[in-house]
Amino acid sequence: MVDKSLELFDCGHRACGGCGPALAARLIMKGAGANTIVVASTGCMEVFSTPYPETAWKTPWIHSLFQNAAAVASGVEASLKKQGRDEKVVAICGDGATFDIGMLCISGAFERGHDITYICYDNEAYMNTGIQRSGATPYDASTTTSPAGRNSLGNSRPKKDLPRILAAHGAPYVATASVSYPNDLMQKVERAVNTPGPCYIQIHTPCSTGWGFEGSKTIEMGKLAIQTGLWVNFEMVDGEVVKAKKVVRKPVEEYLKVQKRFRHLFRPQPNTEEIAKIQAIADKNAERYGIDIKQKPQE
Amino acid sequence: MRKIMEGSHAVAEAVRLIRPGVISAYPITPQTHIVERLAEMVADGDLDADYITVESEFSALSACLGASAAGSRVYSATTSQGLAFMFEVLFNVAGMRQPVVMSIVNRALGAPLSIWNDHQDSVSCRDSGWFQLYAEDAQESMDLHFLAYRVAEDHDVLLPGFVCFDGFILSHTYEPVDMPTQEEIDAYLPPFVPVNVLDAKNPISMGMYATPDYYTEFRYDIDRAMDRAKDLLVTAGRELGESIGRDYSGLVEEYRLEDADTAFVAMGSLCGTVKDAIDEMRDSGIKAGLLKIRSYRPFPRAEIAKALSGVSRVAVLEKNVSLGSAMKGAVGPEVKDALWGSGIDVFSYVLGLGGRDVRKKDIAAINALSIAGKGDMFYGLREELI
Repeated sequence: MVDKSLELFDCGHRACGGCGPALAARLIMKGAGANTIVVASTGCMEVFSTPYPETAWKTPWIHSLFQNAAAVASGVEASLKKQGRDEKVVAICGDGATFDIGMLCISGAFERGHDITYICYDNEAYMNTGIQRSGATPYDASTTTSPAGRNSLGNSRPKKDLPRILAAHGAPYVATASVSYPNDLMQKVERAVNTPGPCYIQIHTPCSTGWGFEGSKTIEMGKLAIQTGLWVNFEMVDGEVVKAKKVVRKPVEEYLKVQKRFRHLFRPQPNTEEIAKIQAIADKNAERYGIDIKQKPQE
Repeated sequence: MRKIMEGSHAVAEAVRLIRPGVISAYPITPQTHIVERLAEMVADGDLDADYITVESEFSALSACLGASAAGSRVYSATTSQGLAFMFEVLFNVAGMRQPVVMSIVNRALGAPLSIWNDHQDSVSCRDSGWFQLYAEDAQESMDLHFLAYRVAEDHDVLLPGFVCFDGFILSHTYEPVDMPTQEEIDAYLPPFVPVNVLDAKNPISMGMYATPDYYTEFRYDIDRAMDRAKDLLVTAGRELGESIGRDYSGLVEEYRLEDADTAFVAMGSLCGTVKDAIDEMRDSGIKAGLLKIRSYRPFPRAEIAKALSGVSRVAVLEKNVSLGSAMKGAVGPEVKDALWGSGIDVFSYVLGLGGRDVRKKDIAAINALSIAGKGDMFYGLREELI
């Protein structure tokens, strides 16, 4: 059972107001529990939580480099195993560290079958360095390296499907979660750390600074992503989807129009052709994961 | 026990006696015979270690870092491109003060691709915060591992270290090697006791970032630890001698230097060739000697100055090149610095790159060049290719 009163990620850190990743850290640790060693990548969370000599972490925590958390976690796990110790090993890394630069180490760690939980806090771009695109950036999002312009509609590629890539490595448990659904998030972390073998959780962590919305709207933004079908909360066990959160879907415009990173799709007037492409991504998600709640026809 | 062994296998036997808890390595020529033999030992139950067969050298060293931080004695081995791929992690391991010990089976760096020996790989990691020891033969390749762990894990040091030995020349040749007993090594090298460790019962944060208010002092601390490593290499090298009968208290080693006019300076297996060449030169009335550098980092400046104080000239034989530098070799300028103000000429000679043989007649030819005042150059270039 998750002990919701457990606070292992302390206050006083230096994240922006309304930071999705900071909330994710707090919830992850409630789910993982105190008998946990955290391995971090370089990135926002590392920087806002551990400026020497201060730390927000109340469990053992180690950071080495941007791209090697999965390998460091492999070593920690091997050492614990050799010593007969029972701490859980949880890597917590951003989407750049996970989708892009850390892929080699992650693939190796998952193929070797280490008993680790790798959690990606996915804010959909390199936020720590100033909002550059990553392999997790959604289609058409404007970032500082995929800016919308006269010849650009923002990021030209869809988001990499990392959960399935890691499921294909034979991961026994793969899940997606969102800071907007904290109970679900904590339960998934608890399940992952108690599942032997390499498990992966990808958490949607809205970033007010990078996406361009008020810091008070973080939870709302995460919910809209789910409600439009642009983010799906699901669980995969041994490579099969066993559960996905069902919704009465809203049109994608409701999610897009409230964020600066998609503003160019609505100015000077809505780009219906492009918005339709994003709607198609949501429709495909809905079909793939069966998330649509069939509404009864109106009388 | 004396045995005829391949150099790589002698090193693997040393690692077995050292009892690492975690081994993490990625295969690369000419390091493979070490990691294959270690895998066999683990498979046969002769070595009780967790062996992580990583997907890259980058992960090999990263996993060593994690395992060390969690409290295990760790081991890895690599060379050349593999060491270059670890470059980012090297600085990190040193900065986080993890006493990782790694065998470097010295090999050239591409391009052009070369699997053969020189010292470019480890010399290029000079400023990474790892101490670097160079072995002359299979016996020394084995023994320096005992010394390296003893120094690395000492609480006054806590620095990672390389044990460097020449690819193929030492790694793939057979020599008689005297094997210490497990009891001798257990007594010399007690189990690893970490100072700071990842432990849920006593949580700490490791690897935090430092602002300009703190960064410099972290770097200064590493340099101080390097100074203490220099002292400890001497005392622990002497104790190793008392244990196994072979003394390694010298950061440098002298050979027929007492009345030498020309002093050669070299590292690694080349020293054997130079000693033979010196014997021949001495037989024909040429007074030459050798100063072997065993510890390149920490650099034994005072020991070099003392050992070379009476010579007329110094020829530094370099299996590396610092491209674009005045002396061409990387070691020469530091030897010259050690002798600053003495009036002794110091020249560098870049040779033996990418596995090119260095013969006794080359050493004699370099002696003549140094007498003629010619140096700071590539030696033995094939003029027809230039």
